Amino acid sequence: MSTVAPTQLPLRPPAHQVSPRAVRWWQLRAALALLFVVTPQVVVLLVMGGDAPGWLAVTAGVTGALIATYGILVPPILYRIHRWEITDDAVYTMSGWLVREWRIAPISRVQTVDTAHGPLQQLLKLASVTVTTASAKGPVTINGLDAKDAAELARTLTVTTQATPGDAT
Amino acid sequence: MSPEVDAEVEVEAPTAVETPWRRLDVRMLVVGPLGSLGRLLPVVVILLITGQGDVTRLWIALAVAVLVVLAGVVRWRTTRYRITAERVELHSGWLNRQRRSVPRDRIRTVDLTAKLLHRAFGLSTVQVSSASKAVADASGQLSLDAVSKAEADLLRRELLDRSPASDAAPTSPAVAAGPPPAQELARLDWSWLRYAPLTFSSLAGIGAIGATAFNLVDDLGVDPRDIGAVDAAAERLGSAPVWLAVLVVVTVVLALAVVGALLLFAERWYDYRLTREPAGWGAGSGTLRVKRGLLTRRSLSVSEDRLRGAEIIEPLLLRAGRGAQCRALSSGLPGDAQGGALQPPAPRAEAHRVASVALREHPSQITEATLRRHPRAALTRRMTRALMPTAVLVAVAFVLGSVLPPVAWLGPWSLLLVPVAVFLGFDRYRNLGHELTARYLVSRQGSAVRQTVALQRTGVIGWTFRQSIFQRRSGLVTLEAVTAAGQGGYTVLDVAAQDAVALADAATPHLLTPFLLRA
Repeated sequence: MSTVAPTQLPLRPPAHQVSPRAVRWWQLRAALALLFVVTPQVVVLLVMGGDAPGWLAVTAGVTGALIATYGILVPPILYRIHRWEITDDAVYTMSGWLVREWRIAPISRVQTVDTAHGPLQQLLKLASVTVTTASAKGPVTINGLDAKDAAELARTLTVTTQATPGDAT
Repeated sequence: MSPEVDAEVEVEAPTAVETPWRRLDVRMLVVGPLGSLGRLLPVVVILLITGQGDVTRLWIALAVAVLVVLAGVVRWRTTRYRITAERVELHSGWLNRQRRSVPRDRIRTVDLTAKLLHRAFGLSTVQVSSASKAVADASGQLSLDAVSKAEADLLRRELLDRSPASDAAPTSPAVAAGPPPAQELARLDWSWLRYAPLTFSSLAGIGAIGATAFNLVDDLGVDPRDIGAVDAAAERLGSAPVWLAVLVVVTVVLALAVVGALLLFAERWYDYRLTREPAGWGAGSGTLRVKRGLLTRRSLSVSEDRLRGAEIIEPLLLRAGRGAQCRALSSGLPGDAQGGALQPPAPRAEAHRVASVALREHPSQITEATLRRHPRAALTRRMTRALMPTAVLVAVAFVLGSVLPPVAWLGPWSLLLVPVAVFLGFDRYRNLGHELTARYLVSRQGSAVRQTVALQRTGVIGWTFRQSIFQRRSGLVTLEAVTAAGQGGYTVLDVAAQDAVALADAATPHLLTPFLLRA
């Protein structure tokens, strides 16, 4: 990527990728969605047997196929897109699939650093780090980090932000 | 609830001089219950009217009154507040105790409101707003309902005066010596009343009048159909040709809307004045103050060094009438439609002038800057986004028309939407623009409501670049400047990818440098 096409955003991607286990996490979430959407339809189909309306089998098949396709194809793409980087001055992240998002927040404006582990993330030893600034639209979240990396990241960020006063409110 | 914990520590700590707690004004013993009774009045009246001669109903009404009075006494007895050198603290409640504390250096705005009843007794409600992450987060807010007018004014000055010297002495000599002269920046011109029907509040106007009238009629237990005049009018309308009936109804609704808008304008903006009060020490920044209101008097004070910019709002009708409204960008302002309004709907030039005097900048440096146009691809995108939903609607209308013969006219008529969509798409593109001036980032967008935002470059606390797959194909990107003030972020819509990065890089030097491709 030495030359930039005129239509491309002239920003280099952040340095680090998230944990490779994040792919599993996104797949598991798709599987859960599959469970929640398709199971009720299948149950109704089984209970009603021959009386079930014909379209129900169609919707169950279509939603199931869609979510399954998403679960197989999209997580590897997400893994390639999601990146993050912390410098001495800024937090820089890239995320999104259909709508891509680059976020930059100056370290000097960071107010809080939160680490969160959902049940699925705990299972995979992953964590999310959320960096909040004074803005209502400010929070920068890095999902699918290795739990150890996340803890280390939160610690460094907290130390750095305590050293810089003021939050431009 | 970390603020509470902090407050506890503060109270327990052996401070040199313990600041005494203060009570709300004693007149609240009368005003509080009267206000509650006012709200209960319709119920009580109905209770008394419908149960003629029934003694138990009288007793119930009496018991309600006694309870209301008692609640007022308990509320007054249990509410205490104090202002220490660092914090404003409020303790309230009896069974459900609440302790709220706001650090003084985080206070951004102070809002004084005096409803009719409060005014009759010379009282005023003080609402203190601090910078807080979430706009809806109540922990950053603290309301004293109510203190005497003089006390409210004193509190307002004291809480917003954050010049270095006042840190040491919470009650500064300037406060004690009385108000320094305020400089008037703008006042109401009654000819602006012509803009009232052009704002969206005129719709709210009809709603308000309609709801009040209906409530009144309903509370009295009368069915509108029983009123002779209404019934006769309805009958005459029913027998008239359809087009005449529609015409009459539309005319009546429009007339009501105009009257409602005029009344609302008068209630909201009567005796409007925008002033600047210099800081107590001559140095540093002052306070912008908006005073207004006929029945309910309001006063909004914004600390000037917390002002992050201004915004010119032009709803379509108002824009057609060459009017506009200026709003302040600051954290701690309420997020509703009136939040941060520095003036009523006024002539466009006046709106830009108010923005200019409020920010102490030449208009060409802020809201009247010559803006850069956005690339042609943005026009294509605006057009697509306006026409796609229209095409779907038209298709649906034609399908419906062919399926249901009685509404066959739907299809051809829906074609009228197409020119409207084309106009909106083109207008949205025409209004797009941005520029970076010496100290401000200026951005304009929108058609139904055109917004021109001037945001201080130093107020930007982050950037978000957003690009959908369609934008990627046409080389556009939506840039959002993240800030603590106002809505939290202001966008520059559909700007060329290269320009977006160049703009952000120029607005906040050094921040993006390490991430740029090709130095």
